[in-house]
Amino acid sequence: MYLCTMMADETKKAFNVRAIREQFPALSQKIYNKNLIYFDNGATSQKPAMVLDAINQYYSKDNANIHRGVHFMSQHATTEYETARKTIQHYIHAKSSDEIIFTKGTTDGINLIASSYGELLTEGDEILITAMEHHSNIVPWQMLCQRKKLTLKVAPINLKGELITEEFDRLLTDKTKLVSVTHISNTLGTINPIAEIVKKAHAVGAKVVVDGAQSIQHMAIDVQALDCDFFVFSGHKVFGPTGIGVLYGKEALLEKMPPYQGGGDMIAKVTFERTTYNELPFKFEAGTPHIAGGICLGKAFEFLNGLDLQAIQTYEKEITEYAQDLLDTFEDLSIIGEAKHKTSVVSFSIKGIHPFDIGTLLDKQGIAVRTGHHCTQPLMDFFKIPGTIRASFAFYNTKEEIDTFIEAVDRSMNLLK
Amino acid sequence: MTLQEIQEEIISEFDVFDDWMDKYEYIIDLGKELPIIDPLKKTDDRLIEGCQSKVWLDATVVDGKMQFTADSDAIITKGIIGLLIRVMNEQSPEAVATADLFFIQKIGLQEHLSPTRSNGLIGMVKKLKMSALQALNA
Repeated sequence: MYLCTMMADETKKAFNVRAIREQFPALSQKIYNKNLIYFDNGATSQKPAMVLDAINQYYSKDNANIHRGVHFMSQHATTEYETARKTIQHYIHAKSSDEIIFTKGTTDGINLIASSYGELLTEGDEILITAMEHHSNIVPWQMLCQRKKLTLKVAPINLKGELITEEFDRLLTDKTKLVSVTHISNTLGTINPIAEIVKKAHAVGAKVVVDGAQSIQHMAIDVQALDCDFFVFSGHKVFGPTGIGVLYGKEALLEKMPPYQGGGDMIAKVTFERTTYNELPFKFEAGTPHIAGGICLGKAFEFLNGLDLQAIQTYEKEITEYAQDLLDTFEDLSIIGEAKHKTSVVSFSIKGIHPFDIGTLLDKQGIAVRTGHHCTQPLMDFFKIPGTIRASFAFYNTKEEIDTFIEAVDRSMNLLK
Repeated sequence: MTLQEIQEEIISEFDVFDDWMDKYEYIIDLGKELPIIDPLKKTDDRLIEGCQSKVWLDATVVDGKMQFTADSDAIITKGIIGLLIRVMNEQSPEAVATADLFFIQKIGLQEHLSPTRSNGLIGMVKKLKMSALQALNA
């Protein structure tokens, strides 16, 4: 056993940021004549050559529609697409590949759950979210609550940006049928205690949706260990293409849920009188899917499988803390989000300076950050700020880049004062 | 000076900058000199809300010429407003309503007037022109 583990570890490449950067062609470009520093990974990640090659390979050679063709290319594309599904299943430790539904992304996944699982909810039922959710994990529930006369409850956070456990416990009652919570806050970097939340929710009979848009690329995910009922994420934030994502759902729940959209691929038999639906996962995948997206997302996970996830997690925490400590030395600068458990995101605001101004000046120095409300307007209202400047990191970022970024922040602040 | 001549003048002022940061330093200085809107006029009907920054604009007609004052919560936005007002101020409503603002592209600031930038500037240009049209129809 020990020997097997050792051998498996040895096959993983040692974590070397220089070697990793070489695999991401986008990182070596110049922007406004400056070396690009890409700190907008919370919005989307760059793509490794392995994924880019797979996109090229698919469209230049393997392109065919899947699942129904009798010809070689169709069968080959089908095998590749279904292999990707299995790769993702193993990566997130789902029991079965039938539990992996391909979607357009996190937003699509949440809307699917709200539309389909939402049909099983009845008047008076409650849905519980937190105050740090992305608009994508607020608005679909508001729409569902309006449609089905349900109540949306919001668990508050403290000034550090952590969920207030006592308040969450108070709002979680036997009326709560669904808890939908982000794994990592896109604005604050707070890591929520998902396993604990799931345990409490299950104790009152509620199901749990985890918004994994910001966690899938930063930590090992085991949906069975978390015991969450649904886990959704976007491909483009985890080094894959845009327009593809995944909804994991426990098989028994997915079986109970009505289809989300009707069309080809999701049917077993259609007559004008009645249609019977296809089995999982196809029941939820109407129409020709994003075939290239699915296959190439599989490649992104194969890429991650070649890395040491534990080492990545440690490295990302280290660079996040490094950036936060340096930013903390500026007078008039406040870090927004100081949770004990946080990673990969540093949001900050500067007294008397609009985030838009800093963002514009950093851009002209070759540095990509995000400014604004980050699709979390209620959270900005809570902190009473118009927006933040957010630097979000990936494992290909370096401390040298952070040093350059700090100098650029300093230069920008001096210009704007 | 005509609207055309002022734009040419701005283009030649910006010609001296070959570094982006110098260019922005100049824009920031312009922002500090913007003819600021009377705080009492910072009302919702004069507000153009962008996703990132807000702009307030007041337009009046004095002796047949347009007069603008404005403000923004972001200083770079203010600087660009300053440039737009410099071009449009003291011009006839006809000239403002039909203005072709070619200088923006020439000095490399077109990104700020792209629909994705969401800083309220596109809305502001629309409002500048609308106020001139209203003056024409009054």
